[in-house]
Amino acid sequence: MPSPAGYAVAIAQAALALLLAPGLVGLIRLFKARLQNRRGAPVWQPYLELRKLFAKEVVVSTNASWLFRAAPFVVFTSTVAVAFLVPVLAVPSPFDAVGDLLVVVYLLLLGTFFLALAGLDPGSAFGGMGSSREMTVAALSEPTVALAIFALALGAGSTNLGQIVARTMADPASAVSPGYLLAFGALFVVTLAENGRLPVDNPATHLELTMIHEAMILEYSGRYLALIEWAAWLKVLLFFSLLGNLFVPWGVATALTPASLGWAFATLIAKLAVLGVVLAVFETRVAKLRLFRVPELLAVSFVLAVLAITVSFLVR
Amino acid sequence: MGLFSKIFRTGIVSEAIPSGDPDIVHLVREVDARSRRLLGRALGIREVDAGSCNGCEIEISGLMSPVYDSERFGFHFVASPRHADLLLVTGPVTRNMEVPLRKTYEATPAPKLVVAVGDCAHTCGVFKGSYAVAGSVDQIIPVDVFVDGCPPEPADILRGILTALGRSPRA
Amino acid sequence: MTSAALPVWMVTSYLAGALAACLFPRGRLARWLTATGAVIGGASALALAGAELMRSSLGGGQEAFHIVDPLSAVFLAVVGAIAIPAALYGVGYTRAWEGRRSLRMPGAMLNLFLLSMSLVTLADGIFWFVFFWEGMAISSYLLVMTEADEPGTVRAGNWYLGMTQFGLGFILAAFFLLLPPDGSGDFTALAMHAQTLSPGLRSLVFILALIGFGSKAGLVPLHVWLPSAHPAAPSHVSALMSGVMIKLGVYGVLLFGLRLLGGGPAWWGGLVLVLGAVSALLGVLYALMEHDLKRLLAYHSIENIGIIFIGVGAGMMFLGYGLPALAVLGFVGGLYHTINHACFKGLLFLGAGSVLHATGTRNMEEMGGLIKRMPRTSLFFLVGAAAISALPPLNGFVSEWVVFQALLGGSAIPQREVAVLMPIAVAMLALASGLAAACFVKAFGITFLGIARSHEAREAHEAPVTMQVAMGALALGCVALGAVASAMVPALGRVVAGLAGMPPAPATAVGWSLGLRLSAPGAVGQISSLGILLGLVLLLAAIPVALWLFRASRALRVSDTWGCGRIAQTPRMQYTATAFAEPLRRIFAALYRPTEDVSIDFHPESRYFVQSIAYHARIVPWFERYLYDPVIDRVTAWAGGVRAIQSGSLHAYLTYLVAALVILLGLLLLWGG
Repeated sequence: MPSPAGYAVAIAQAALALLLAPGLVGLIRLFKARLQNRRGAPVWQPYLELRKLFAKEVVVSTNASWLFRAAPFVVFTSTVAVAFLVPVLAVPSPFDAVGDLLVVVYLLLLGTFFLALAGLDPGSAFGGMGSSREMTVAALSEPTVALAIFALALGAGSTNLGQIVARTMADPASAVSPGYLLAFGALFVVTLAENGRLPVDNPATHLELTMIHEAMILEYSGRYLALIEWAAWLKVLLFFSLLGNLFVPWGVATALTPASLGWAFATLIAKLAVLGVVLAVFETRVAKLRLFRVPELLAVSFVLAVLAITVSFLVR
Repeated sequence: MGLFSKIFRTGIVSEAIPSGDPDIVHLVREVDARSRRLLGRALGIREVDAGSCNGCEIEISGLMSPVYDSERFGFHFVASPRHADLLLVTGPVTRNMEVPLRKTYEATPAPKLVVAVGDCAHTCGVFKGSYAVAGSVDQIIPVDVFVDGCPPEPADILRGILTALGRSPRA
Repeated sequence: MTSAALPVWMVTSYLAGALAACLFPRGRLARWLTATGAVIGGASALALAGAELMRSSLGGGQEAFHIVDPLSAVFLAVVGAIAIPAALYGVGYTRAWEGRRSLRMPGAMLNLFLLSMSLVTLADGIFWFVFFWEGMAISSYLLVMTEADEPGTVRAGNWYLGMTQFGLGFILAAFFLLLPPDGSGDFTALAMHAQTLSPGLRSLVFILALIGFGSKAGLVPLHVWLPSAHPAAPSHVSALMSGVMIKLGVYGVLLFGLRLLGGGPAWWGGLVLVLGAVSALLGVLYALMEHDLKRLLAYHSIENIGIIFIGVGAGMMFLGYGLPALAVLGFVGGLYHTINHACFKGLLFLGAGSVLHATGTRNMEEMGGLIKRMPRTSLFFLVGAAAISALPPLNGFVSEWVVFQALLGGSAIPQREVAVLMPIAVAMLALASGLAAACFVKAFGITFLGIARSHEAREAHEAPVTMQVAMGALALGCVALGAVASAMVPALGRVVAGLAGMPPAPATAVGWSLGLRLSAPGAVGQISSLGILLGLVLLLAAIPVALWLFRASRALRVSDTWGCGRIAQTPRMQYTATAFAEPLRRIFAALYRPTEDVSIDFHPESRYFVQSIAYHARIVPWFERYLYDPVIDRVTAWAGGVRAIQSGSLHAYLTYLVAALVILLGLLLLWGG
């Protein structure tokens, strides 16, 4: 029976993820700005944006139904629920028994589903376009994610997140095994696709014909927009946590002592910063792909995942 | 990797905004303190071209460049008026763009600001009296700040936005 | 009421319902009497199945009516459970037929259909099984033909009848091969005789059964009848056909594979797995291209049957490799998905029927904005759409999770080149479920959201109360079936326990959150669907509280949709279903081979003005064009040739009789000697 301290840590880590997410995005934006030879906004700029959005008025379309108003809440809820399941700070979490890696993937799909519906609700052409493209990309990245999970679960004997982390920590050599490295590559591409980063989607574009995620939220304003943006930023942090803590789990606390938790916090910040910088450099280097080239990119990540599985099978 | 060596060699090129000519920026009405505090540090800007010759647009696009870097003030350009806090309007409002401009203003959630950029936006400029022009921007939607010039420099446009927010131009 | 009385109640009420429909073909009384007969029959069936399942899991108790085994009880429960809302729905739905159609045939056939399906699951011998199987086929054919005045229904009905007889042929062949020398058709006798057959003959029997029952289930490539027959039937019948009848195909495969043949070599399971995976993927890919709401749902039935057979196939493979603990997982996943699919597919068809009832069309391109005109129907349809897209915490997700866990255990298979089939199946299953989510965003979004695209959609009215209650009950079922996973999985495990030597499910309910813990070698998984449901509800409720605490603005203003300041916003500016699926049509163009036709009518005065543009998009229906049409053409040609013996002359016919007698006598002499 998990202790109250375990629950407290699990809730604290979800809250921490929620609080850090805008900062992570601020860091990525700052680094991209510096790579564009500009000063850029400070790291805490997204927090200021959220504060402003929560105080703004919401404008709702006459065609919109209750689903338009409910969708931001569903998206935010499902993403925060994932924050409880992903090992951000400590394993094993008491919520390990509630959901595993498959639950994480499908909870994120729940958010995407409702966001896509919300894009169709106001009856605008942009929203429909965004929904159509978003669901296409989400559907095509599903097999890659499933196979990457399979590759990880093969080694750990379970899809349980705590167990995957524990297994890698117990057997450090597996972290550099070809299977894991290939799975990391596949999941990195999926991270780009699912979070709407270059080369799949440009988060800063104003051209509707180039939008995927942005097009669905063109109708949103005020607190609804704040919830959706925050959920999107949280999703980036959670994907980074998965990439960091599943493949390089050292630093994740296994005991609930202040020292190990503090160390876990420090390593988390370090991993997020490193991945953020890598993403910023990558986004500066590549250009956005045409929509119909994106399946080719996803096919590449699928091949990486297939290779990961095959190698894991052969090595065992 | 020649890209990254060039980036590192160039370094940060953002410049401080010079104080400039005070007559260019006209504050029509004082924005209330609450809006100034709310929008002061994180502003979403939606640019509306109400029939301009695009001279002002070219200057506005300079705002996003590394030299003027509007982002360091907390400004970012948004894709939809629903995401916007400030409308940056250019052009003498032509008859065709009158209704779209009104709709854009209506689509923007409160609190909102309007900065009209260029001589055309203020007085219809060289197009004054034309059969295709409906009126200057303040005859269509309420304006908070006018920035004169044909076209005004990006630094002046920035000063105009900062004036609307009650902020000083020092970066 | 003792459980011995339940079967009597069931049969009597179905027959009473059928009789009432014959006696009172019109009017409100008729509709209610028919439905009551079906509802009571369904409730009795459900109670009977429930009693048997409880008896088998708790052990002991009276063996009431001779129900064959818990496996039959599961399918009987499905029949009974879906019969109740479907029949109730029929009351409101058939009101639209007043004055146009007599209720005699549909009402009677509905009850007889339900009766046949229930008795198929209860049959324990060849004769009664085949008798009620045919009864099911004929009554459903007559139900499909109810709306024979609609275009395409007659053709769909003929297709359907042809396929049922085709399947029956194979089923009969399989049964007869298993027939023991003493001619007893009892299933226990068949099972014992099957032990004595050679492996080659057993495999032949399995293949024949797979073809026969697979054609009923809608397994690719025998699925072609499904998308035309299910939409042609009245909506509550479609719900029953898609939700219940095709599951009897699964029952047949399980009957042969597990009960009669007692398991077999692993390649049986591999074949079923491959067919299942291909059906899942092809079903959803074709569903994406549909804009007829009911055809879309029918293709999704093919997809979900594929998922069920992935589970069953995995189970059979594990049995073949001597991994019974993992095999249980596969079968449990398949059975759980059977139950869940019946629930959410029934719900979706009833929802589609409500839309059809309200707008008079099944074409999604003419709908839109129905969420405001039909709020409750759209809410229930949304629950069904979320369930079929495998979104947690609903039932579709939980059963797919179990199937995933079973496939993950595939690494335990000793032969590497066979074990690699499992990750391929995982990838195909994941792709199918992702595409299903995309398809249902399209189906729900285009039908219910946005602005109405036609006059009918603008004037749509909410469904009658009986229809709403039926849909609501199924929607609640979707939520409940997901939440009680920790009870369902062990219960289903006990159902398959003992079949072909499988142990009870290695699954236990764990902890305060009623988590479900699966532990088999190589597949340890833990999930708490109830925990997910509670967690999501709590978080959802916490957000407005947090917003209020942090004093977020509550201002809201209603304005036009942002369309770049365009003057008018018409329904034609929205996305259409075809447009929504277009990226996927391009991506999978190798499968679809899409062709497009754009014809533009210019204004007679000037080529710069366009009067109208017509856009036709077509995809190649591979199976129809390259498999079925040649076969049908050949059969028709052959039949035309054989027609030559119908000369009309009595002398010729007498000659045929005598010749046949002589040949038969000669054969008897040859083989009897």
